[in-house]
Amino acid sequence: MTLAEPLPTGGFSFDNVARNAMLAARGAKPPKATSTGTTIVGVIFKDGVVLGADTRATAGPIVADKNCEKIHYLAPNMYCCGAGTAADTEFTTALISSKLELHSLQTGRQSRVVTAMTMLKQMLFRYQGHIGAALVLGGYDVNGPQLYTIAPHGSTDKLPFVTMGSGSLAAMAVFEAKWRANMTRDEAVAIVNDAIEAGIFNDLGSGSNVDVCVITKDNVEYLRNYNRPNERGVKEQSYRFPRGTTTVMSRKVINFVDVIEGDAMDVTA
Amino acid sequence: MEYNGSAIIAMTGKNCVAIAADRRFGVQALTLGMDFQKIFRVTDRTYIGLSGLATDVTTLNERFRYKVNMYRLNEEREIGTKTFAHMVSSSQYEKRQAIPEFPWRFGPYFVEPVIAGLEKDNTPFICSMDTIGCINYAKDFVVAGTATEQLYGVCESFWEPDLEPEDLFETISQALLNAMDRDALSGWGGIVHVITPTGVITRTLKGRMD
Amino acid sequence: MEAFASTAPVRVPLEHRFSPYTDNGGTTLAVAGSDFCVIAADTRQSEGYNINTRYSPKLYPLSNGSVLAIGGMQADASTLAKRVEQRLEWYQFKHDKPMNTQAVAHMVSTMLYGKRFFPYFAWVTIGGMDENGNGCVFSFDPVGTIEKHLWQCSGSSSKLIQPFLDSQMGHKHELLPPGELTAQRATLLVKDGFTSATERDIYTGDFLEIYTITRDGRTRELIELKRD
Repeated sequence: MTLAEPLPTGGFSFDNVARNAMLAARGAKPPKATSTGTTIVGVIFKDGVVLGADTRATAGPIVADKNCEKIHYLAPNMYCCGAGTAADTEFTTALISSKLELHSLQTGRQSRVVTAMTMLKQMLFRYQGHIGAALVLGGYDVNGPQLYTIAPHGSTDKLPFVTMGSGSLAAMAVFEAKWRANMTRDEAVAIVNDAIEAGIFNDLGSGSNVDVCVITKDNVEYLRNYNRPNERGVKEQSYRFPRGTTTVMSRKVINFVDVIEGDAMDVTA
Repeated sequence: MEYNGSAIIAMTGKNCVAIAADRRFGVQALTLGMDFQKIFRVTDRTYIGLSGLATDVTTLNERFRYKVNMYRLNEEREIGTKTFAHMVSSSQYEKRQAIPEFPWRFGPYFVEPVIAGLEKDNTPFICSMDTIGCINYAKDFVVAGTATEQLYGVCESFWEPDLEPEDLFETISQALLNAMDRDALSGWGGIVHVITPTGVITRTLKGRMD
Repeated sequence: MEAFASTAPVRVPLEHRFSPYTDNGGTTLAVAGSDFCVIAADTRQSEGYNINTRYSPKLYPLSNGSVLAIGGMQADASTLAKRVEQRLEWYQFKHDKPMNTQAVAHMVSTMLYGKRFFPYFAWVTIGGMDENGNGCVFSFDPVGTIEKHLWQCSGSSSKLIQPFLDSQMGHKHELLPPGELTAQRATLLVKDGFTSATERDIYTGDFLEIYTITRDGRTRELIELKRD
């Protein structure tokens, strides 16, 4: 007889599917997943590629996270911005990142950006858009700087400047106005910052800070909170309550004790 | 989420964290219990709050207890707060979708977990998750349940950095009590755990019973 | 001769629906004190994820000294405000005195209920002084339910700000009895309520407009909120 049911070893499980269908039929509303109504961008410059993202995560009209990270690590030479269902971008990039690590150990070479792009698009296509991840993939490999977008259904684009997410139009407007071929690093970072700011201020789904990631040959600069244009001002007053304000019904204290190893037990007869 | 109703918060203080929840167990508008447990001890210094469908709250608590026990037996050490958070996240995402052949069949647990604890070096750690395991790390506070909007409003005003355990208790309690009163599906008293490097103080709160 | 009934799918004419309502977001708030009334609103006007304008006032100062705050759909709000102002003008001409705040409130209630089956999409709040010189606040749902309050918040951030006001103005869940609320403290709480709501509600932001009404008249203040 099994004493404990073994835990699943990995992959998706559909234990709850029938139950959830029953609950839905009885009128229980399925809850909202955190989504990143986002502005993410990427641009190729003379010596590499710059990725940019805002840092707001929303659940409906409410800001769930004011400073989340949307530029995910894929490989030492590759990063990936994610928009859409937050959990999907997080787990999809983590999964592909681990596959890329194994792939480069297997081949003894640094992974190429096309490889990552192909892995991502094949996975997303397999799920027919039900994994809601919209990605901007940037990296530097033997073929130089590379930049792709991957849509949730698995279609991809290869372009010198790209934007995605709900703020993509605001950001693209900036790129269309300011982008030039063969920019310097600083010029590229500046227009990426401007594009993300356009999303932050003009798109309600995007907000807070600008994250930037500059990938060049053999180097990555991850500039977390490169620009913080939305710091909260000081409050008019403190709302600290005097101790004893709240009525307490019962109080229980658990004190931790340090277990100190004593002398060895005397086992002599 | 709206089926049973709940309100859970976690807040950081100076070398301490607090986690609080309401105590209602109801089915839609009908209240059935006033002492329902939504916050569970994981280790001495890690607590998890589970908001959402009550059946899943109970099931997941059991499942996490099992996994944490297995971790302790395999690794011969206690699970860290952040490690536990990732374990919860993966357990949630596992139910994200069915197999690729039937990708439209969704099967998550209807639970939004809130985790609070102290790391090994006593730095406070709190996080919340959506139902499919997207972690929301925060330096200040996290909230979950049917009273999220109300909780966000009060926490955003009340919270300030470096509160001592006693002050943190007042802040989190007032935030919870005032938020619950504007949510019909949560309330009926509250419970607050304050986790410090030396111990845990658990208090139950007097709240409106309507 | 047709021997069988057709098995072809029934063709239904394609219907195009026009939705006359839209939600333009934003938050309004009013506080009544013993000798003042503070009424405030943000000025962002949005639709979906877009900001239509950063300055579209939701507060309508009326000729009788009160202030009307309307959230919901901007077009309905401005129309309603215009009609209310017109009724105030007629009242002035007819009776040679301004309408008092309670009368305006009950008039607004009937105006809203008058459109019971094609309502204004408007969350209305009125703040002003009553005939005794005390502050008073009335709020309405879109079909004219009237309620008198000491503090009231409606709109996209209402759930965020209302419990904060309950705590700080009503001193709920505190053992100490509430002290006298001054106009200065009310304004301060209004500002903190709005800056907090701006952090978490995507539809609230840009500017905060505050009217303070006392026996001496009405003053206006405009404060910047975050624009993201």
